[in-house]
Amino acid sequence: MIYLDHAATSWPKPPKVIAAMTDFLERIGGNPGRAGHRLSIEAGRIIYKTREALAELFNAGDPLRVVFTSNATHAINLALHGLLKPGDHVITSGIEHNAVMRPLRFLEQNGVRVSVVPCDGEGIPDPQNFARAVEKSTRLIVIKHACNVTGTMLPVAEISAVARRAGAFLLVDAAQSAGAVPVDMRMMGIDLLAFAGHKGLQGPPGTGGLVIGERVRAEDMTPLTRGGTGSRSESEYQPEDLPDKFESGTLNGAGIAGLGAGVDFVLERGIEAIHAHETALAKMLAEGLGNIPGVRLYGSNDWKRRSAVVSFTSEKYQTSEIGFRLDEEFGILCRVGLHCAPAAHRTIGSFPRGTIRFAPGPQTTAGEIAAAVAAVARILK
Amino acid sequence: MADGESAYSVILFHTNSAALRAEKILLREGFAIKLIPVPRQLSSDCGIALRFDRSRETRVGEVLEAAGVPIDSIHVLE
Repeated sequence: MIYLDHAATSWPKPPKVIAAMTDFLERIGGNPGRAGHRLSIEAGRIIYKTREALAELFNAGDPLRVVFTSNATHAINLALHGLLKPGDHVITSGIEHNAVMRPLRFLEQNGVRVSVVPCDGEGIPDPQNFARAVEKSTRLIVIKHACNVTGTMLPVAEISAVARRAGAFLLVDAAQSAGAVPVDMRMMGIDLLAFAGHKGLQGPPGTGGLVIGERVRAEDMTPLTRGGTGSRSESEYQPEDLPDKFESGTLNGAGIAGLGAGVDFVLERGIEAIHAHETALAKMLAEGLGNIPGVRLYGSNDWKRRSAVVSFTSEKYQTSEIGFRLDEEFGILCRVGLHCAPAAHRTIGSFPRGTIRFAPGPQTTAGEIAAAVAAVARILK
Repeated sequence: MADGESAYSVILFHTNSAALRAEKILLREGFAIKLIPVPRQLSSDCGIALRFDRSRETRVGEVLEAAGVPIDSIHVLE
Protein backbone atom coordinates (compact mmCIF):
# COMPACT_ATOMS: atom_id res chain seq x y z
CA MET A 1 0.00 0.00 0.00
CA ILE A 2 1.23 3.49 -0.85
CA TYR A 3 -0.23 6.29 1.26
CA LEU A 4 -0.28 9.63 -0.56
CA ASP A 5 -2.97 11.40 1.43
CA HIS A 6 -0.85 13.23 4.00
CA ALA A 7 -2.66 16.50 3.27
CA ALA A 8 -5.84 14.92 4.67
CA THR A 9 -4.10 13.28 7.62
CA SER A 10 -0.61 11.89 8.09
CA TRP A 11 -0.17 8.13 8.35
CA PRO A 12 1.43 6.06 9.69
CA LYS A 13 2.21 8.15 12.76
CA PRO A 14 5.79 8.02 14.12
CA PRO A 15 6.07 5.19 16.71
CA LYS A 16 6.93 7.71 19.44
CA VAL A 17 3.51 9.35 18.95
CA ILE A 18 1.73 6.08 19.66
CA ALA A 19 4.09 5.37 22.58
CA ALA A 20 3.39 8.80 24.12
CA MET A 21 -0.38 8.26 23.88
CA THR A 22 -0.17 4.78 25.38
CA ASP A 23 2.08 6.07 28.16
CA PHE A 24 -0.38 8.86 28.93
CA LEU A 25 -3.31 6.46 29.19
CA GLU A 26 -1.46 3.68 31.01
CA ARG A 27 0.80 5.56 33.39
CA ILE A 28 -0.54 9.09 33.80
CA GLY A 29 -4.20 9.57 33.01
CA GLY A 30 -4.88 12.29 35.59
CA ASN A 31 -7.01 15.29 34.72
CA PRO A 32 -4.61 18.18 34.13
CA GLY A 33 -5.30 21.26 36.22
CA ARG A 34 -8.19 19.69 38.11
CA ALA A 35 -6.38 18.40 41.18
CA GLY A 36 -3.09 18.76 42.99
CA HIS A 37 -2.12 15.08 43.04
CA ARG A 38 0.84 13.68 41.19
CA LEU A 39 -1.04 12.20 38.26
CA SER A 40 -2.91 15.45 37.61
CA ILE A 41 0.32 17.43 37.79
CA GLU A 42 2.13 14.97 35.52
CA ALA A 43 -0.66 15.20 32.94
CA GLY A 44 -0.38 18.98 33.16
CA ARG A 45 3.37 18.82 32.60
CA ILE A 46 2.97 16.76 29.44
CA ILE A 47 0.41 19.20 28.07
CA TYR A 48 2.58 22.17 29.02
CA LYS A 49 5.57 20.55 27.28
CA THR A 50 3.51 20.29 24.11
CA ARG A 51 2.63 24.00 24.34
CA GLU A 52 6.33 24.76 24.70
CA ALA A 53 7.30 22.64 21.69
CA LEU A 54 4.62 24.31 19.53
CA ALA A 55 5.65 27.80 20.67
CA GLU A 56 9.22 26.94 19.67
CA LEU A 57 8.21 25.47 16.30
CA PHE A 58 6.11 28.53 15.38
CA ASN A 59 8.42 31.11 17.08
CA ALA A 60 5.42 32.27 19.10
CA GLY A 61 7.16 33.28 22.33
CA ASP A 62 5.01 32.60 25.41
CA PRO A 63 3.81 28.94 25.51
CA LEU A 64 0.69 30.04 27.43
CA ARG A 65 -0.51 31.64 24.19
CA VAL A 66 -0.97 28.19 22.64
CA VAL A 67 -4.67 27.28 23.00
CA PHE A 68 -5.62 23.66 22.28
CA THR A 69 -8.68 22.90 20.18
CA SER A 70 -10.04 19.71 18.64
CA ASN A 71 -8.83 20.58 15.11
CA ALA A 72 -7.90 23.51 12.85
CA THR A 73 -11.56 24.15 11.98
CA HIS A 74 -12.37 24.60 15.67
CA ALA A 75 -9.40 27.00 16.02
CA ILE A 76 -10.51 29.05 12.99
CA ASN A 77 -14.07 29.23 14.36
CA LEU A 78 -12.72 30.35 17.75
CA ALA A 79 -10.77 33.18 16.11
CA LEU A 80 -13.52 34.30 13.71
CA HIS A 81 -16.43 34.14 16.15
CA GLY A 82 -14.22 35.46 18.94
CA LEU A 83 -13.02 38.55 17.09
CA LEU A 84 -15.76 39.59 14.68
CA LYS A 85 -18.84 41.55 15.79
CA PRO A 86 -21.72 42.90 13.70
CA GLY A 87 -20.46 45.97 11.83
CA ASP A 88 -16.90 44.64 11.58
CA HIS A 89 -15.31 44.09 8.19
CA VAL A 90 -13.13 41.08 7.30
CA ILE A 91 -11.05 40.39 4.18
CA THR A 92 -10.21 36.93 2.88
CA SER A 93 -8.85 35.37 -0.32
CA GLY A 94 -10.59 33.56 -3.15
CA ILE A 95 -9.03 30.16 -2.47
CA GLU A 96 -10.05 29.55 1.12
CA HIS A 97 -11.20 26.23 2.58
CA ASN A 98 -14.76 25.87 3.85
CA ALA A 99 -13.29 25.90 7.38
CA VAL A 100 -12.92 29.64 6.77
CA MET A 101 -15.69 30.33 4.25
CA ARG A 102 -18.58 28.69 6.11
CA PRO A 103 -18.09 30.54 9.40
CA LEU A 104 -17.50 33.76 7.41
CA ARG A 105 -20.71 33.31 5.40
CA PHE A 106 -22.58 32.63 8.65
CA LEU A 107 -21.13 35.77 10.23
CA GLU A 108 -22.03 37.70 7.06
CA GLN A 109 -25.67 36.73 7.60
CA ASN A 110 -25.31 38.20 11.08
CA GLY A 111 -23.96 41.65 10.25
CA VAL A 112 -20.24 41.13 9.55
CA ARG A 113 -19.14 42.45 6.15
CA VAL A 114 -16.95 40.06 4.12
CA SER A 115 -14.68 41.01 1.19
CA VAL A 116 -13.12 38.26 -0.94
CA VAL A 117 -9.92 39.16 -2.82
CA PRO A 118 -9.68 37.08 -6.00
CA CYS A 119 -6.61 35.01 -6.90
CA ASP A 120 -4.82 34.41 -10.19
CA GLY A 121 -5.01 31.03 -11.96
CA GLU A 122 -2.27 29.61 -9.73
CA GLY A 123 -4.25 30.59 -6.64
CA ILE A 124 -2.16 33.57 -5.57
CA PRO A 125 -3.87 36.82 -4.51
CA ASP A 126 -2.18 40.19 -5.11
CA PRO A 127 -1.39 41.82 -1.71
CA GLN A 128 -2.24 45.19 -3.32
CA ASN A 129 -5.84 44.01 -3.65
CA PHE A 130 -5.99 43.40 0.09
CA ALA A 131 -4.82 46.99 0.60
CA ARG A 132 -7.57 48.21 -1.79
CA ALA A 133 -10.21 46.22 0.11
CA VAL A 134 -9.33 47.79 3.48
CA GLU A 135 -12.09 49.85 5.11
CA LYS A 136 -12.27 51.84 8.33
CA SER A 137 -13.95 48.95 10.14
CA THR A 138 -11.59 46.23 8.86
CA ARG A 139 -10.84 44.15 11.94
CA LEU A 140 -9.29 41.05 10.44
CA ILE A 141 -7.64 39.55 7.37
CA VAL A 142 -7.85 35.76 7.17
CA ILE A 143 -5.88 33.66 4.68
CA LYS A 144 -4.53 30.17 4.36
CA HIS A 145 -0.78 29.69 4.35
CA ALA A 146 -0.60 26.77 1.92
CA CYS A 147 -3.44 25.67 -0.35
CA ASN A 148 -4.74 22.16 0.28
CA VAL A 149 -5.66 21.77 -3.40
CA THR A 150 -2.63 23.16 -5.24
CA GLY A 151 0.04 23.56 -2.56
CA THR A 152 0.36 27.21 -3.53
CA MET A 153 1.67 29.33 -0.66
CA LEU A 154 0.24 32.77 -0.14
CA PRO A 155 2.44 35.87 0.39
CA VAL A 156 1.72 35.97 4.13
CA ALA A 157 4.33 38.59 5.12
CA GLU A 158 3.11 41.06 2.46
CA ILE A 159 -0.51 40.57 3.47
CA SER A 160 0.52 40.97 7.13
CA ALA A 161 2.00 44.37 6.27
CA VAL A 162 -1.40 45.38 4.85
CA ALA A 163 -3.12 44.22 8.06
CA ARG A 164 -0.67 46.16 10.25
CA ARG A 165 -1.18 49.36 8.26
CA ALA A 166 -4.94 48.91 8.54
CA GLY A 167 -4.78 48.28 12.30
CA ALA A 168 -6.30 44.85 11.70
CA PHE A 169 -5.23 41.40 12.86
CA LEU A 170 -4.00 38.63 10.54
CA LEU A 171 -5.35 35.10 11.05
CA VAL A 172 -3.50 32.38 9.14
CA ASP A 173 -4.97 28.93 8.50
CA ALA A 174 -1.85 26.76 8.71
CA ALA A 175 -3.70 23.42 8.54
CA GLN A 176 -1.61 22.33 5.53
CA SER A 177 1.68 24.00 6.36
CA ALA A 178 2.25 23.40 10.09
CA GLY A 179 4.93 20.72 10.37
CA ALA A 180 5.49 20.60 6.61
CA VAL A 181 6.71 24.13 5.83
CA PRO A 182 8.52 26.62 8.10
CA VAL A 183 6.00 28.84 9.92
CA ASP A 184 7.50 31.75 11.89
CA MET A 185 4.78 33.86 13.51
CA ARG A 186 7.05 36.77 14.36
CA MET A 187 8.92 36.91 11.06
CA MET A 188 5.75 36.47 8.99
CA GLY A 189 3.71 38.90 11.12
CA ILE A 190 1.00 36.38 12.04
CA ASP A 191 -1.32 37.49 14.86
CA LEU A 192 -3.39 34.31 15.08
CA LEU A 193 -2.28 30.91 13.82
CA ALA A 194 -4.72 28.02 13.46
CA PHE A 195 -3.09 24.58 13.11
CA ALA A 196 -4.14 20.96 12.78
CA GLY A 197 -2.35 18.43 14.97
CA HIS A 198 -2.96 15.38 12.79
CA LYS A 199 -1.39 16.44 9.49
CA GLY A 200 2.22 17.65 9.18
CA LEU A 201 2.64 17.75 12.96
CA GLN A 202 2.16 13.93 13.00
CA GLY A 203 -0.20 13.95 15.99
CA PRO A 204 -3.48 12.06 16.32
CA PRO A 205 -6.85 13.26 14.96
CA GLY A 206 -8.77 15.37 17.45
CA THR A 207 -5.85 17.71 18.09
CA GLY A 208 -5.18 21.23 16.89
CA GLY A 209 -4.93 24.72 18.26
CA LEU A 210 -4.91 28.46 17.96
CA VAL A 211 -1.71 30.34 18.76
CA ILE A 212 -2.54 33.85 19.90
CA GLY A 213 0.21 36.30 18.97
CA GLU A 214 1.45 39.04 21.24
CA ARG A 215 -0.54 41.82 19.52
CA VAL A 216 -3.85 40.16 20.43
CA ARG A 217 -5.03 40.56 24.02
CA ALA A 218 -7.23 37.93 25.65
CA GLU A 219 -9.89 40.68 26.07
CA ASP A 220 -10.01 41.15 22.29
CA MET A 221 -11.69 37.76 21.84
CA THR A 222 -14.75 36.07 23.28
CA PRO A 223 -14.58 32.30 23.85
CA LEU A 224 -16.68 29.78 21.89
CA THR A 225 -17.32 27.75 25.04
CA ARG A 226 -17.34 28.65 28.71
CA GLY A 227 -17.01 26.37 31.70
CA GLY A 228 -14.63 24.77 34.14
CA THR A 229 -10.95 25.59 33.74
CA GLY A 230 -9.56 24.46 37.10
CA SER A 231 -8.62 28.09 37.77
CA ARG A 232 -10.42 30.90 39.67
CA SER A 233 -13.01 28.30 40.62
CA GLU A 234 -14.65 30.60 43.16
CA SER A 235 -16.02 32.72 40.29
CA GLU A 236 -19.01 31.91 38.08
CA TYR A 237 -17.55 34.13 35.36
CA GLN A 238 -15.10 32.94 32.71
CA PRO A 239 -11.47 33.87 33.56
CA GLU A 240 -9.59 36.22 31.23
CA ASP A 241 -6.26 34.41 31.60
CA LEU A 242 -4.58 32.58 28.73
CA PRO A 243 -4.91 29.78 27.87
CA ASP A 244 -7.80 29.04 30.27
CA LYS A 245 -10.21 31.59 28.80
CA PHE A 246 -10.44 29.51 25.62
CA GLU A 247 -9.94 26.00 27.06
CA SER A 248 -13.01 25.13 29.12
CA GLY A 249 -13.59 21.47 29.87
CA THR A 250 -11.14 18.57 30.07
CA LEU A 251 -8.48 18.64 27.37
CA ASN A 252 -7.68 15.71 25.07
CA GLY A 253 -4.69 14.72 27.21
CA ALA A 254 -3.74 11.53 25.38
CA GLY A 255 -4.10 13.30 22.03
CA ILE A 256 -1.99 16.25 23.17
CA ALA A 257 0.67 13.85 24.52
CA GLY A 258 0.78 12.29 21.04
CA LEU A 259 0.87 15.71 19.41
CA GLY A 260 3.81 16.67 21.62
CA ALA A 261 5.71 13.61 20.43
CA GLY A 262 4.77 14.48 16.83
CA VAL A 263 6.15 18.01 17.22
CA ASP A 264 9.33 16.51 18.73
CA PHE A 265 9.60 14.29 15.64
CA VAL A 266 9.32 17.38 13.41
CA LEU A 267 11.83 19.39 15.49
CA GLU A 268 14.31 16.47 15.54
CA ARG A 269 14.07 15.80 11.83
CA GLY A 270 14.08 19.56 11.15
CA ILE A 271 11.29 21.44 9.41
CA GLU A 272 13.62 22.54 6.58
CA ALA A 273 14.69 18.94 5.96
CA ILE A 274 11.07 17.71 5.93
CA HIS A 275 10.08 20.50 3.54
CA ALA A 276 13.02 19.75 1.23
CA HIS A 277 12.25 16.00 1.22
CA GLU A 278 8.54 16.47 0.47
CA THR A 279 9.20 19.15 -2.15
CA ALA A 280 11.65 16.88 -3.99
CA LEU A 281 8.98 14.15 -4.08
CA ALA A 282 6.28 16.57 -5.22
CA LYS A 283 8.55 17.79 -8.03
CA MET A 284 9.09 14.16 -9.09
CA LEU A 285 5.32 13.68 -9.10
CA ALA A 286 4.65 16.83 -11.11
CA GLU A 287 7.34 15.96 -13.69
CA GLY A 288 6.22 12.35 -14.00
CA LEU A 289 2.51 13.15 -14.25
CA GLY A 290 3.21 16.06 -16.61
CA ASN A 291 4.75 13.61 -19.11
CA ILE A 292 1.56 11.53 -19.29
CA PRO A 293 -0.58 12.57 -22.29
CA GLY A 294 -3.89 14.16 -21.30
CA VAL A 295 -2.87 15.05 -17.73
CA ARG A 296 -3.46 18.60 -16.58
CA LEU A 297 -1.54 19.81 -13.53
CA TYR A 298 -2.61 22.67 -11.26
CA GLY A 299 -0.77 25.22 -9.16
CA SER A 300 2.44 27.19 -9.39
CA ASN A 301 5.61 26.00 -11.13
CA ASP A 302 7.60 28.04 -8.66
CA TRP A 303 8.55 25.44 -6.05
CA LYS A 304 9.69 28.13 -3.65
CA ARG A 305 6.01 29.06 -3.36
CA ARG A 306 4.65 25.52 -3.11
CA SER A 307 4.02 22.96 -0.43
CA ALA A 308 4.16 19.27 -1.34
CA VAL A 309 0.70 18.79 -2.84
CA VAL A 310 0.14 17.85 -6.49
CA SER A 311 -3.33 18.10 -8.03
CA PHE A 312 -4.18 16.86 -11.52
CA THR A 313 -7.06 15.90 -13.79
CA SER A 314 -7.37 13.84 -16.95
CA GLU A 315 -9.50 14.45 -20.02
CA LYS A 316 -10.14 10.73 -20.25
CA TYR A 317 -11.73 9.74 -16.92
CA GLN A 318 -13.54 11.29 -13.98
CA THR A 319 -11.39 12.00 -10.94
CA SER A 320 -13.46 9.59 -8.85
CA GLU A 321 -12.82 6.74 -11.27
CA ILE A 322 -9.06 7.32 -11.33
CA GLY A 323 -8.96 7.52 -7.52
CA PHE A 324 -10.97 4.31 -7.18
CA ARG A 325 -8.76 2.41 -9.63
CA LEU A 326 -5.58 3.67 -7.93
CA ASP A 327 -6.89 2.22 -4.67
CA GLU A 328 -8.40 -1.02 -6.01
CA GLU A 329 -5.78 -2.01 -8.59
CA PHE A 330 -2.60 -0.46 -7.21
CA GLY A 331 -3.15 0.09 -3.47
CA ILE A 332 -2.37 3.79 -3.90
CA LEU A 333 -4.38 6.00 -1.56
CA CYS A 334 -5.07 9.63 -2.48
CA ARG A 335 -7.94 12.09 -2.28
CA VAL A 336 -10.19 13.12 -5.17
CA GLY A 337 -12.92 15.73 -5.53
CA LEU A 338 -13.29 19.25 -4.17
CA HIS A 339 -11.25 18.82 -0.95
CA CYS A 340 -13.80 20.97 0.98
CA ALA A 341 -12.50 23.97 -0.95
CA PRO A 342 -14.94 24.91 -3.76
CA ALA A 343 -13.48 28.43 -3.94
CA ALA A 344 -10.02 27.04 -4.65
CA HIS A 345 -11.36 24.81 -7.43
CA ARG A 346 -13.29 27.73 -8.96
CA THR A 347 -10.07 29.76 -8.94
CA ILE A 348 -7.98 27.11 -10.71
CA GLY A 349 -10.77 26.07 -13.09
CA SER A 350 -11.46 22.57 -11.78
CA PHE A 351 -14.94 23.22 -10.31
CA PRO A 352 -17.18 21.20 -9.96
CA ARG A 353 -15.31 18.03 -10.98
CA GLY A 354 -12.39 18.58 -8.66
CA THR A 355 -8.93 17.06 -8.93
CA ILE A 356 -6.93 14.00 -7.93
CA ARG A 357 -4.54 15.01 -5.19
CA PHE A 358 -1.28 13.32 -4.24
CA ALA A 359 0.31 14.48 -1.00
CA PRO A 360 3.54 12.77 0.14
CA GLY A 361 4.76 12.84 3.73
CA PRO A 362 8.06 12.70 5.59
CA GLN A 363 8.26 8.89 5.30
CA THR A 364 7.28 8.68 1.62
CA THR A 365 10.03 7.31 -0.65
CA ALA A 366 11.06 8.11 -4.23
CA GLY A 367 10.19 4.51 -5.16
CA GLU A 368 6.60 5.03 -4.00
CA ILE A 369 6.37 8.20 -6.09
CA ALA A 370 7.66 6.37 -9.17
CA ALA A 371 5.08 3.62 -8.58
CA ALA A 372 2.27 6.18 -8.30
CA VAL A 373 3.28 7.87 -11.56
CA ALA A 374 3.51 4.50 -13.32
CA ALA A 375 0.05 3.54 -12.02
CA VAL A 376 -1.53 6.74 -13.35
CA ALA A 377 0.18 6.15 -16.71
CA ARG A 378 -1.25 2.61 -16.82
CA ILE A 379 -4.77 3.80 -16.01
CA LEU A 380 -4.69 6.58 -18.61
CA LYS A 381 -3.05 4.47 -21.35
CA MET B 1 14.23 27.48 62.03
CA ALA B 2 13.38 29.83 64.89
CA ASP B 3 10.00 29.60 66.62
CA GLY B 4 7.15 31.25 64.75
CA GLU B 5 9.09 31.42 61.45
CA SER B 6 7.84 29.55 58.43
CA ALA B 7 10.23 27.58 56.26
CA TYR B 8 8.19 27.93 53.09
CA SER B 9 6.81 30.49 50.72
CA VAL B 10 3.99 29.65 48.31
CA ILE B 11 3.17 31.31 45.00
CA LEU B 12 -0.35 31.15 43.60
CA PHE B 13 -0.95 31.52 39.86
CA HIS B 14 -3.99 32.48 37.80
CA THR B 15 -3.77 29.28 35.76
CA ASN B 16 -2.32 25.80 36.11
CA SER B 17 -0.39 26.34 32.90
CA ALA B 18 1.39 29.33 34.47
CA ALA B 19 2.31 27.21 37.51
CA LEU B 20 3.73 24.52 35.23
CA ARG B 21 5.65 27.11 33.25
CA ALA B 22 7.09 28.52 36.47
CA GLU B 23 8.08 25.02 37.62
CA LYS B 24 9.96 24.35 34.42
CA ILE B 25 11.82 27.67 34.45
CA LEU B 26 12.79 27.41 38.12
CA LEU B 27 13.96 23.78 37.84
CA ARG B 28 16.09 24.78 34.86
CA GLU B 29 17.63 27.51 37.05
CA GLY B 30 18.37 24.94 39.74
CA PHE B 31 15.83 26.02 42.38
CA ALA B 32 14.50 23.43 44.82
CA ILE B 33 10.73 23.77 44.36
CA LYS B 34 7.61 21.62 44.54
CA LEU B 35 4.15 21.87 43.05
CA ILE B 36 1.50 21.36 45.73
CA PRO B 37 -2.31 21.61 45.81
CA VAL B 38 -3.36 25.19 46.54
CA PRO B 39 -3.56 25.42 50.37
CA ARG B 40 -7.23 25.94 51.30
CA GLN B 41 -6.36 28.72 53.76
CA LEU B 42 -4.88 30.76 50.89
CA SER B 43 -7.50 30.22 48.21
CA SER B 44 -10.56 28.15 47.39
CA ASP B 45 -9.05 27.38 43.97
CA CYS B 46 -8.74 23.76 42.94
CA GLY B 47 -5.38 24.18 41.25
CA ILE B 48 -1.71 23.88 42.07
CA ALA B 49 0.74 26.24 43.75
CA LEU B 50 4.52 26.43 43.92
CA ARG B 51 6.28 25.87 47.25
CA PHE B 52 9.92 26.65 48.01
CA ASP B 53 12.27 27.66 50.80
CA ARG B 54 11.37 31.07 52.09
CA SER B 55 14.96 32.28 51.86
CA ARG B 56 14.67 32.04 48.04
CA GLU B 57 11.54 34.20 47.81
CA THR B 58 13.17 37.35 46.40
CA ARG B 59 15.24 35.45 43.85
CA VAL B 60 12.30 33.29 42.72
CA GLY B 61 10.17 36.41 42.25
CA GLU B 62 12.90 38.01 40.16
CA VAL B 63 13.36 34.97 37.93
CA LEU B 64 9.62 34.64 37.25
CA GLU B 65 9.26 38.34 36.54
CA ALA B 66 12.20 38.27 34.13
CA ALA B 67 10.60 35.31 32.32
CA GLY B 68 7.24 37.08 32.15
CA VAL B 69 5.31 34.44 34.10
CA PRO B 70 2.22 36.14 35.57
CA ILE B 71 1.71 35.35 39.27
CA ASP B 72 -1.34 35.86 41.45
CA SER B 73 0.27 36.31 44.88
CA ILE B 74 3.10 35.20 47.17
CA HIS B 75 2.32 33.89 50.66
CA VAL B 76 4.14 32.67 53.70
CA LEU B 77 2.99 29.16 54.51
CA GLU B 78 2.10 29.21 58.21
